[in-house]
Amino acid sequence: MSLSKTDSPKSAIRSRLSFSEQMRQFPWWAIIMIVALGISLFGMLGNDNYRAALNFIINPPTSTEMAFGIGIRNGVMMTLVTTLTAYVIALVLGLLLGIMRVSKNPVLFHASTLYVELMRGVPMLVLIIWIGFVVVPFLRQIFGQSFPLTGVQGAILGLGFGYAAYLAEVYRSGIESIPRGQMEAARSLGMGYAQAMRYVILPQAIRRVVPPLANDLVALLKDSALVSVVAVPEILQMARLFVSRNLRAIEGYNAAAFLYLVVTLIFIIVVRLIERRWNTNG
Amino acid sequence: MDDAIIRLVDVHKHFGRVAALNGINLEIGRGQVVVVIGPSGSGKSTMLRCINHLEKPTEGHVYIEGVDLEARTTNINQTRAEVGMVFQQFNLFPHLTVLDNITLAQRVVRKRDKVERDRVGMELLNRVGIPEKAGAYPGQLSGGQQQRVAIARALAMNPKIMLFDEPTSALDPEMIKEVLDVMQDLAQTGMTMVCVTHEMGFARAAANRIIFMDQGMVVEDTTPNDLYNNPQHERTRLFLSKILH
Ligand SMILES: Nc1ncnc2c1ncn2[C@@H]1O[C@H](COP(=O)(O)OP(=O)(O)OP(=O)(O)O)[C@@H](O)[C@H]1O
Ligand SMILES: [Mg+2]
Repeated sequence: MSLSKTDSPKSAIRSRLSFSEQMRQFPWWAIIMIVALGISLFGMLGNDNYRAALNFIINPPTSTEMAFGIGIRNGVMMTLVTTLTAYVIALVLGLLLGIMRVSKNPVLFHASTLYVELMRGVPMLVLIIWIGFVVVPFLRQIFGQSFPLTGVQGAILGLGFGYAAYLAEVYRSGIESIPRGQMEAARSLGMGYAQAMRYVILPQAIRRVVPPLANDLVALLKDSALVSVVAVPEILQMARLFVSRNLRAIEGYNAAAFLYLVVTLIFIIVVRLIERRWNTNG
Repeated sequence: MDDAIIRLVDVHKHFGRVAALNGINLEIGRGQVVVVIGPSGSGKSTMLRCINHLEKPTEGHVYIEGVDLEARTTNINQTRAEVGMVFQQFNLFPHLTVLDNITLAQRVVRKRDKVERDRVGMELLNRVGIPEKAGAYPGQLSGGQQQRVAIARALAMNPKIMLFDEPTSALDPEMIKEVLDVMQDLAQTGMTMVCVTHEMGFARAAANRIIFMDQGMVVEDTTPNDLYNNPQHERTRLFLSKILH
């Protein structure tokens, strides 16, 4: 006589959580925020000045489409494009740098360390201004106007290059968290270093760093406001433009804060879902 | 052709100030089953790791089938594929299924096609007695099962030599036998084996040679029976009295 272990349903265990524990686990903060944002939206839509501010940011008059070299007028869309472009660059370049940071090759190691320390040693805002107002104009002087990047595009890339340094450290710590025996087992089977990295170490390391990488996406979303200094027409920049034209600072910046909160909240919820799936799937 | 499949010539290994190996000279013939014993820190693991170049000797040479591992022209990956290693901590790849653990190196090192490597994988799982675990992940297996998978993984490369570094000392007592049985079967197939282990039952049953190491040197090199009945050195006698109770 033996009872199968699967006989006790998981749902029964879950429902045995105490009431206060259930209350603690329910995402009340998100509910409160969503309700508050809903009320704010309702209030703003009933006010001409707020409507004008929101409308200006999301759907500006055609005349504001300046020489950005990016065919996007919607400020929210521009924020999303900036964030995702920079994030993809940071994910790819960061992985490359992270791998170089654990390399035994002194050239690769020192080159990547120099890059990481340099990027982390400069405030992101300064980096973006420097690329947008110094590097790209300089390159355009040398290569002429045919140089494929505008200052605006350069600033977005700069955000990605800067974040790559932070993500490189995330990847590096993930790689270093894999026990040494894994590399040795792979090598003892005749795999080369690169093969062992690719098939054994990185798949495990990347699994471990998915939660911190996802958190950095939210951080990057907020830092995307920095590119407004070189006039990238994203949420903050459009709000500033609205304020300077209409002299309505309260409405303009409230609208910007509202839009950032909405986008951030959506990102946070997605990140939490990813984390939860990751934790339950082992 | 060289008679010795493994040859160590005056191998020294230093870790900073610590001298782990102090001039090892050793020849191991094809098909020999060698058990290595010795107190903790005597350099057993270091010697084993020099044989597949996980450690680089500070001085001296290691030859596998006459190939000098130190030579610049030696392709170390190619040589390592001929030398399987089983670790105390199993070191299975936790993100891969049992079968994938066994087929990964066949794919990327031996370049075997899927049908072939799956066939080899299942054959070996049958041999170590757990074909039903092919789709499981290492974390779902007992220690004894994991170590048997680790042995199958090494054997999948068709190595000419198998190295074992205390393969049973991380196992609960009731699982030791299942691993030793696999090793004993392997010894009967004529595999060249070097096993660091203090399982004296295995040494008596399977080994035709036993080496006692102390302070980075080979102190005694004889047959299991001779070692027990007639140890030549006081240090050996002392050590044996500690492990045979
Ligand atoms: N990577 C390392 N760095 C520094 N010292 C090391 C390293 N590996 C081994 N040693 C030292 O070398 C000596 C021999 O170690 P080794 O692991 O070969 O001994 P062992 O006989 O296998 O011992 P045990 O029975 O405890 O496994 C020890 O003094 C050990 O501290
Ligand atoms: Mg050891």
